[in-house]
Amino acid sequence: MTAAPDLLARRLLVVTGKGGVGKSTVTAGLALLAADLGKRVLIVEVDGKGDICSKFEHPRVGFDPVEVHPNISVLAMDTEASLREYLRLNLKVPVLGRLGPVARVFDFVATAAPGVKEVLTIGKVAWEVRESIEGRAPWDLVLVDAAATGHVVAQMGAPDAIRDLVSVGPIRSQTEWMIRILSDPAITALNVVTTPEEMPVSETIDLVTRARSELDVPLGAVIVNRVLPELFARAEEAAFDALGAEASRAALGAHLGDGPGLDDVLAGARLAVALRRTRAVHLANLRAAVDLPMLYLPYLFTRTHGLRETRVVADSLGAEFGL
Amino acid sequence: MTVDRSSLAGLVAAKEIIVLCGSGGVGKTSIAAATALGAASRTGGKVLVLTIDPAKRLASALGLEEIGNVETRVPESAFTQVGLTPRGELWAAMLDTKQSWDALVMRHAPDEATAHRIIDNALYDNITGRFVQSHDYIAMERLFEVHASGAYDLIVIDTPPTRNALDFLEAPHRMAEFFGGRLLRWLTAPYRLGGGRGARLVNLASRPFYQVADRILGSQFLQDIAEFFLNFQSMYDGFVTRARAVERLLHDKRTTFVVVTTLEASPLHEARVFCEELVARDFPFGAIVLNKTLPASFTSADGSRAATVLTDDADALAGDLAVTGEPALADAGIDARVLRTIAASYRNFSVVASREAELRTELGRVPEVVVDVPNLEADVHDLGGLARIAEALFPDGA
Repeated sequence: MTAAPDLLARRLLVVTGKGGVGKSTVTAGLALLAADLGKRVLIVEVDGKGDICSKFEHPRVGFDPVEVHPNISVLAMDTEASLREYLRLNLKVPVLGRLGPVARVFDFVATAAPGVKEVLTIGKVAWEVRESIEGRAPWDLVLVDAAATGHVVAQMGAPDAIRDLVSVGPIRSQTEWMIRILSDPAITALNVVTTPEEMPVSETIDLVTRARSELDVPLGAVIVNRVLPELFARAEEAAFDALGAEASRAALGAHLGDGPGLDDVLAGARLAVALRRTRAVHLANLRAAVDLPMLYLPYLFTRTHGLRETRVVADSLGAEFGL
Repeated sequence: MTVDRSSLAGLVAAKEIIVLCGSGGVGKTSIAAATALGAASRTGGKVLVLTIDPAKRLASALGLEEIGNVETRVPESAFTQVGLTPRGELWAAMLDTKQSWDALVMRHAPDEATAHRIIDNALYDNITGRFVQSHDYIAMERLFEVHASGAYDLIVIDTPPTRNALDFLEAPHRMAEFFGGRLLRWLTAPYRLGGGRGARLVNLASRPFYQVADRILGSQFLQDIAEFFLNFQSMYDGFVTRARAVERLLHDKRTTFVVVTTLEASPLHEARVFCEELVARDFPFGAIVLNKTLPASFTSADGSRAATVLTDDADALAGDLAVTGEPALADAGIDARVLRTIAASYRNFSVVASREAELRTELGRVPEVVVDVPNLEADVHDLGGLARIAEALFPDGA
């Protein structure tokens, strides 16, 4: 299946993935690509490690959106600040001065009923989307660098969970509009970043299955990061295998001398071929189990990092989108 | 046998518990299984690997169809199939959070009825299933239980993937604080006291909170929470005593922490922070395992020279190869492409390898034991694969 070209037309793209697969890098790349297309982008960083900002070579930001690159703003999620904002906007509770102890108690209650914390996170995201749809916020696209695969279902499903737990009260009615935004396929897509390795692939398959059965959130694409290049076509592979033979080594050794250099290069190529092969199996499993559009990003061997890396990723994503 | 303290083998021989930690994706679970395998086959004794969420492949590599909450012995046949003869026994178990929590509640609740009231409450599933730190706590709790049983000479435990690797260190302390805290008593007070003067006073004291909470959550929800905690509090003594014991065990000299990382910027950064925290909090820090490292051949001067020659003289070399009589090399055009390709691939990986070398020098505060595990070409599919990792962990048969 080819990449869904309409993905970038949505208002809310949530990006998840197993830890260590490059979720923030891909989120930043998507943001830069969208900005290239003239969109105004808000990235919501849920984990708060400051990774997103480093992708734009910008210092960390807080709960108030800061423009880190032309047309790209970032806000770092902070559930306490989100609660403060929620209370101020919705309940007219005069707690600003007194929130100290309340926040401690809130933290305690949120620990007992975890949906509360998650709903403040996803609620803030949905709020920004709703405000932008209604013209009160400038964003064309809200991108969420979301929780890892293990936690994202709880996060995205928080409004549902809260609605089930709380039978009446203002928070219940608040969940209704959030669910409307999160479940609308014209607005929202949940995307998964993976690498062609066993655990990330198996978590991706699990997540897609769980998301389909437990969430009413439309799925977008799977982005496969760090794909190693295929070194050889078939005829070349036979030639490569033959390089190890005594006669070939003698022929090459005549030029290269006696050092271990040739063996180093040959061993390196064998490792590269073997790694690629192992990963091809995982990729095949992924494609067999998940019928979502797949986008492939190459493994970056270069020393590139920061904005230059984000640029490379954005361009690769653009090519995958057929732009 | 002389015990060399400056190796993983020495550590394994001297300790009863090895806690493996590190950020997600670094291969912690495989390293845990390989460490346990190495210990069982070298040092001997009864060794348990307690994993959190093993890949199916790992279970089958251990010769087990499935790894469950109950410890299972890895069959001898799995060893003999790959030509290994273990001195000791290897056991494996997986942490099932829900089952372990249920068992904990059954143990600490004053009576069965209370236990069921807790387990059947809707909030209970939330706390035990979704609350991320509950995994951390229950992992440490399970470790304590298994260790206290005295059934194993060595327990290797894999820690849950946390957003913050430090969370699980705090988990026992937090649990104790959570259930013993004034906040909990304060929160449940209006529901605990039936009425009268006392209740009114408490209500007055807590009014600002209830005002806010009631508006956000609704009073019914708040009451559900309070009821749940009232039941939960009946387990307080057992719970807190246990949490403190778990904490002591983690600080004990019989325990050691091994930090697993790859030589990539982000996991390594987390590993360094984690190492510093372990030392700062006085946890016994034993070793760092650098996993999936590239071989030194990628940074050799010889290799780099050869790659240059292979690129520059590709056509001449291909001409020589084409006349060696090897049928697969008869086409000089193909040979030249292959030579250029392998040289380019070598240079690509050289860049990664030299970045790894740089990161290695930035390790900073490290324990005496630093072990390298090379990037294996293929996934681990059987005990033989784990044994290959174990060979890297315990070099020279030490």
